[in-house]
Amino acid sequence: MQHYSFLSLARNALTGHKNWPEAWRSPPLKSEYDVIIIGAGGHGLATAYYLAKNHGVTNVAVLEKGWLGGGNVARNTVTIRSNYMRDESIPFYVKSVELFDGLSKDLNYNLMHSKRGMMDVVQTYPRMRDIRRRMLAMDIYGSTYEPMSVEDVRRKVPALTGGQEGSRLPLLGGMFHPDAAVNRHDAVAWGYARKADSYGVEVHQKTAVQSLMRDARGNICGVETNRGTVRAKKVAVVVSGHTTTLTDTVDLKLPLRTFNLTAFVSEPVKPFIDVVVNCPDIGVYFSQSDKGELVIGGAPDAGQSFRRDIKQHVFEDSVCALLELFPSFKKLKMLRQWGGHLDISHDATPILDQTDIPGLFVSAGWWGGYKAIPAGGYTLAHLLATGQRHDLAEPFGIERFKNLQFVSESGTTTAR
Amino acid sequence: MLLINCPFCGPRAETEFSFGGPAVEKRPQDPKAMTDVDWVEYLTVVPNPMGPVREKWWHGRGCGQWLELSRDTVTHDILDAPQATK
Repeated sequence: MQHYSFLSLARNALTGHKNWPEAWRSPPLKSEYDVIIIGAGGHGLATAYYLAKNHGVTNVAVLEKGWLGGGNVARNTVTIRSNYMRDESIPFYVKSVELFDGLSKDLNYNLMHSKRGMMDVVQTYPRMRDIRRRMLAMDIYGSTYEPMSVEDVRRKVPALTGGQEGSRLPLLGGMFHPDAAVNRHDAVAWGYARKADSYGVEVHQKTAVQSLMRDARGNICGVETNRGTVRAKKVAVVVSGHTTTLTDTVDLKLPLRTFNLTAFVSEPVKPFIDVVVNCPDIGVYFSQSDKGELVIGGAPDAGQSFRRDIKQHVFEDSVCALLELFPSFKKLKMLRQWGGHLDISHDATPILDQTDIPGLFVSAGWWGGYKAIPAGGYTLAHLLATGQRHDLAEPFGIERFKNLQFVSESGTTTAR
Repeated sequence: MLLINCPFCGPRAETEFSFGGPAVEKRPQDPKAMTDVDWVEYLTVVPNPMGPVREKWWHGRGCGQWLELSRDTVTHDILDAPQATK
């Protein structure tokens, strides 16, 4: 792997940028590996990287149906934060934020990481109480919420001119989360892939896993792909919304349902908002990208869905709600829209565990999984290498359903 | 947007309805007679196919009737005439 630096940039500039090596190899597909990771998204690639780096496991194949970085790692709003509610969740996301902060250096890849903070705009008293309760819970685990007055909120984002006295939902105050950040989603996927590849991990694109395979004793023994059979004693399913599509092939039932979550971006305008703005009472949030576009996240579609489009009325509801607080956005034209289908577990907390089928591991239920990429990969790698769940992922075990000990995390994600 | 054919009101836009969750099987009469595995599965697992699912919709901004229908999760086609729930 060529180290990226000012020197390498200068050297290649002088030679006309003709000598840059490939960022990762495209080796032939072998018939057997120690570990197969299905899905070269953020979580899959991060898992491969931490397996190699922290545990020395490098005979690993990451199998990707499409192209690298073309799934949900490109279908999100790149918001990284740790303002969760439950004792089980907060430390995990604090770790993820910490790993993200050092990741550009760790991967030798410019992730365009911008630790700009997030501001919650509060418009109802129940929300205010909830968010103050979360402030106290987060304080225990090193995540931060700082209360803001109405004046603080308006000073921070001058474009917020709606929500005046007498409006439907007048502004009551806010909360600032300085740990929050945004970065470049492609760079996260490419950076992890390049560094994992340098340790010997193989990333195989256009390799669709069609079914899982079990041996005579019932253990997992490999996968069937469109390029033939690939064997491994450990297989990790890290495929977001399609988890049950794969686990159905071995009759494993998981408490997961797939939904479509939508987002859209405006035309680019000059920089005018330097924080992530979250408006939980009206169900919309946004940030301004480096290109100047407003990246706006809205509500999920009603009902299970495997589509990746956006419903007109979901889009209209989000826009109407946003215009109540930001009337000046009326002039903006919307450029692009996308949906990502992702699965949510019965209690809205992820599942990161070995299943009842020995050798079959699942990392799923990442409703808002972008922020969880580093910690998700870090802890899944630990589980794959040691057979034990990492302390941070201990609450995400699958047995909590059997014991009816749910970790209910609804309300702190867009899954309201 | 879905166009849901309400048996009382005719075809109406999805925005008149509220999603009422998956239409699950009737609650078992005697959970204690079931195995733990079956009981937990009843409580937590809903079929998640790329294909038809049964679900409930409430015509809250219309006649107020609860409907049950089956819908394809990939095409979003409504596969049979919505029925009023009993």
